[in-house]
Amino acid sequence: MDLGQINPLLLLASLMVAATPILLAAIGEAVVEKSGVLNLGVEGMMITGAVVGFAFGVNTGAPSIGFVAAAFAGAALSMLFGVLVLYLKSNQVATGLGLTLFGLGLSALIGKPYEGIKAPTMAKWEIPLLSDIPVLGPIMFRHDPMVYVSLIIVALTWYVLTRTRAGLILRGVGENHNAAHALGYKVIRVRLMAIAFGGACAGMGGAYISLVRVPQWVEGMTAGAGWIALAIVVFASWRPWRVLLGAYLFGGISVLQLNLQAAGVPIPVEILAMSPYLITILVLVVISLRGNHGAPGSLGREFHATH
Amino acid sequence: MIRLEKRPQPSKVWGTLTPVLAVIATMIAGGILFWMLGKDPLEAIRTIFWDPLFHETFGPYSRPQLLVKAGPLILIAIGLSLGFRAGIWNIGAEGQYIMGAICGAAVGLAFYPSESILIFPAMVLAGAIGGWAWAMIPGVLKVKFGTNEILVSLMLVYVAENILASVSQGLLKNPDGMGFPGSRNFRDFPAAHNTDLIAGTGMHWGVAAAFIAVILAYILLTRHMLGFQVRLTGEAPRAAKFAGVNPTRLILFCLGTSGALAGLAGLFEVSGPSGQVSIDFNAGYGFTAIIVAFLGRLHPIGILLAGLLMALTYIGGELAQLMLGLPGAAIQMFQGMLMFFLLAMDMLSHYRVRWKTPAAAQEGAN
Amino acid sequence: MTGDMRQGDALMTLEGLTKAYPGVLANDQVSFSLLPGEVHALLGENGAGKSTLVKMIYGLVKPDAGQMTLNGEAFAPVNPAAARAAGVAMVFQHFSLFDALSVAENIALGMDNPPSTRELASRIREVSQAYGLPLDPDRIVGDLSAGERQRVEIIRCLLQNPKLLIMDEPTSVLTPQEVEILFETLRKLTSEGTSILYISHKLEEIRALCEHATILRHGVVVDTCDPREKSARELAELMVGDKLHVPSRDPAEPGAVALSLSGVSMPSPSEFGTDLRNVSLEVRKGEVLGIGGVAGNGQDELLAVMSGEARAQDGSITLAGEEINTLSPGARRARGLLTAPEERLGHSAAPEMSLIENALLTGSVREKLVDRGFLRWNKTEKFARRIIEAFDVRTPSADNAAGSLSGGNLQKFVIGREVLQNPDVLVVNQPTWGVDAAAAASIRQSLLDLAHKGAAVIVISQDLDELMEISDRFTALNEGRLARPVPTQGLSVEEIGLMMGGAESDEVAA
Repeated sequence: MDLGQINPLLLLASLMVAATPILLAAIGEAVVEKSGVLNLGVEGMMITGAVVGFAFGVNTGAPSIGFVAAAFAGAALSMLFGVLVLYLKSNQVATGLGLTLFGLGLSALIGKPYEGIKAPTMAKWEIPLLSDIPVLGPIMFRHDPMVYVSLIIVALTWYVLTRTRAGLILRGVGENHNAAHALGYKVIRVRLMAIAFGGACAGMGGAYISLVRVPQWVEGMTAGAGWIALAIVVFASWRPWRVLLGAYLFGGISVLQLNLQAAGVPIPVEILAMSPYLITILVLVVISLRGNHGAPGSLGREFHATH
Repeated sequence: MIRLEKRPQPSKVWGTLTPVLAVIATMIAGGILFWMLGKDPLEAIRTIFWDPLFHETFGPYSRPQLLVKAGPLILIAIGLSLGFRAGIWNIGAEGQYIMGAICGAAVGLAFYPSESILIFPAMVLAGAIGGWAWAMIPGVLKVKFGTNEILVSLMLVYVAENILASVSQGLLKNPDGMGFPGSRNFRDFPAAHNTDLIAGTGMHWGVAAAFIAVILAYILLTRHMLGFQVRLTGEAPRAAKFAGVNPTRLILFCLGTSGALAGLAGLFEVSGPSGQVSIDFNAGYGFTAIIVAFLGRLHPIGILLAGLLMALTYIGGELAQLMLGLPGAAIQMFQGMLMFFLLAMDMLSHYRVRWKTPAAAQEGAN
Repeated sequence: MTGDMRQGDALMTLEGLTKAYPGVLANDQVSFSLLPGEVHALLGENGAGKSTLVKMIYGLVKPDAGQMTLNGEAFAPVNPAAARAAGVAMVFQHFSLFDALSVAENIALGMDNPPSTRELASRIREVSQAYGLPLDPDRIVGDLSAGERQRVEIIRCLLQNPKLLIMDEPTSVLTPQEVEILFETLRKLTSEGTSILYISHKLEEIRALCEHATILRHGVVVDTCDPREKSARELAELMVGDKLHVPSRDPAEPGAVALSLSGVSMPSPSEFGTDLRNVSLEVRKGEVLGIGGVAGNGQDELLAVMSGEARAQDGSITLAGEEINTLSPGARRARGLLTAPEERLGHSAAPEMSLIENALLTGSVREKLVDRGFLRWNKTEKFARRIIEAFDVRTPSADNAAGSLSGGNLQKFVIGREVLQNPDVLVVNQPTWGVDAAAAASIRQSLLDLAHKGAAVIVISQDLDELMEISDRFTALNEGRLARPVPTQGLSVEEIGLMMGGAESDEVAA
């Protein structure tokens, strides 16, 4: 065992990389849930985003095109969920599960020809001046563009939700859809847009795993990241900045356990590998002790416009 | 312009018709998918749904497989359906299946090579307890702290998979296995082997257990107070509390039962068709069973039929892989599609579809 | 008809408005007009079509036929925003508020072009002071009392300077004193030229406030009148179209104490609910205790603590001398304490289940519908049929889903289910809420009959007329506290108002 191998600077830098997929998926899901819809299909949208992003990235040689394609794929898949839940009034929990199962199958099918190929590399952005700051520079300002894109999405989400009328309407729809309907807001349209946003984010999050984090395509490679993103939304009490905190904490844990594995710490590999899931459970318990404050009032309820 | 209008009460006719329609729609959509993959759609559908049962060469091999695959699916889905009806979402059956298998197998292997007839019953018991205990984790966390059982039960699948990886390379590894991962094979351990009850039919103890579970669940749901409470809790949770249903007991019952049944399914699989504890003996039955439960409309008889159908797609899928070179993942996707069509069509039993024509007005209605 | 003569200078006219839903003609050729600055009452029973009519005016529902004009111009709002832009505002019966949002955010959501947050906050303070309805824009709406919540709705409307203000049952959540304040505000508004379309089934209020009334029955305008010239009874009979049956009572001598609560306190199980504080009461065999109070003052919590759905944190609950606070709902039923909560769909009945299954819901213990865990469906079906027959529940069969029944019929079923189990104590919450007049009268009669047979009955209701009619003693809930019960006989509206407003009952009784 050699703990000296673990470089704290590298650890912190890779934390941001490890957290980005979950951050993207979680911020998207937070918006979906804020609008009053529970989409349990995050895992399915992520894995579909992962394979579609990878396929486009490999075929075009441009990871950025992969991300755009992944966002579209995630959004398209989420629209399937949206139509079922919002127009055909299907059960949200069951439909979300169905989306995950469907996405796992779809991605495996699409991904067959891409197994064993390496992803095109994504250039890092060394942000001028900032990246030269000692210690902080290498940790925070020498990443690939998607890390910054994800942070910008979090900031924008916060701004839109708390500071704009569109955000107020979205929160109103999620808090009490009957009241929003009575005031003349288009509940279904607002939710459909939120679901599409959530799908696009999850798709990009998945693509980040296959294009940057791993980077190759392996069947089932999201390995529960979508579910962890759902847990982080609860942990964050549906607040954007706390989603960021939750995702980075989680990223820290998974990076740390990988580093401990590499350093040959005398803890069985399996225990280290299961630790992120155990810690997620622990966090969920701690949060439920605090009570479910901040959950949108209409979360998961069926909306049927009355006359 | 199409409008949905809620029915005053769910239609029973549509309730039975929708799964059939969903299967037909999936066949059509699946046909298109196979065509896009460059296969003859009709041949693909025939290979999946017809040949496993009636093909001269493959039929005799495939038919027993139908029960082998349907057994665990039905057993797990029956347990899940109780919780799903009550609005308790155990989606971690895969983990309970693994833990049941590990616990049951461990009890058997501990007595190797004893020939006592008590070994198999003890393994069955241990399997049920293993699955039950694993499901009680989300159960207890939910009743004690209100923790979301969906996320916890799912996280525990990944934990169980890691435990499985660990024991199949460690604790339960075959000491005579020349270092290969995986436990002793139960085929070489007759007292602990779950053989066919009637040779060549695929009818092993797990299949029998599945049939018994179907019957018991049917009685529970239609004739017993506990079943009524399960349904009531799902339909109207506040009314259930008002009626005096103890939510804590109900949550523990539903999660515990589904866990125990999943654990049993795991034990029967590992001691029978699979034969040994290995890192990948689990084939995703725990997840597919969710589709089976919904396809069967959470009704025991429906689940029995749905389990058989889903088993058919597994076997047919393998056959299609062999005969037509259809990718294995296509079947997984096919199953996901089925779930979607089912949920979409479910709407028909709860809503009336109307094309926008002014409805005939009636006098004197309030 | 007066409507034709008034059309020339009308603010709004409705001409032949018709709206059909499957199986129901909600509005049939409805025509009337509204003058500037008048308070116009829209009277009718539940289901008479009042709500559909105002939703058409507010742009939520499109009429199948007919026209409207506003200030002499054609008016056909495609959505509520269009109606608001034209000067129509509406206060809803079930508040269209967002609990987790602040007062200012709630008001901004009801406006089409809200000013900046800071400016909006100051305008809210300004307008709310001007109309005597003080409001703090930063408070979270879920923490407000029912009266304050209504203020939010009203201020939201007033900030738009409406020409027409629609109010749907605005006083059902107010104490008599708060009603007075509301009426002041409305009179001030009409003096500034705003017209008010006022929907209510409270006839005395309409007589006090309105100059003109249009009466709807089964979607048709059956009459128009000046309510100030009619008695409440005449108005009621116009509404119902029949002579009213007034429940007859034959008070028995009150017997021993059947149920008593002493010092009961309980935090509310729901996030925006009301905690019970030191509630004490006694109800005797053969008497009806009426508990009044504005909605949201702890009614649901009080019922829950008696039904056994919730446990009191402090204090004791005794049934015939036995402490029952720790007993489950089933055990309480076995001992003779039965209850019927307010919400029919989803609480006292499971809407998607059949009437037979709903009979089992509370009947399993006392009617012995379960044998060693197994259900006796034949016996259950007989029990359901007995309820249907004895309480005149209109349904095609006992197999029909509870949710397919009309509100009045389902409520008769729910009350009948409890009454037929011969309770020693029956507690009902809002027994006639949303129920047509005929069904309401028969429900009240059955409660009186039950008391006459020697049961103790507690009726929790917002309908003061109902409580005055059937209860022997009266008390009121305010912010989770219960006033000391006083005899109903000779109680004045002022005294009731004080009790509902939380004044100590001693002062009232004195």
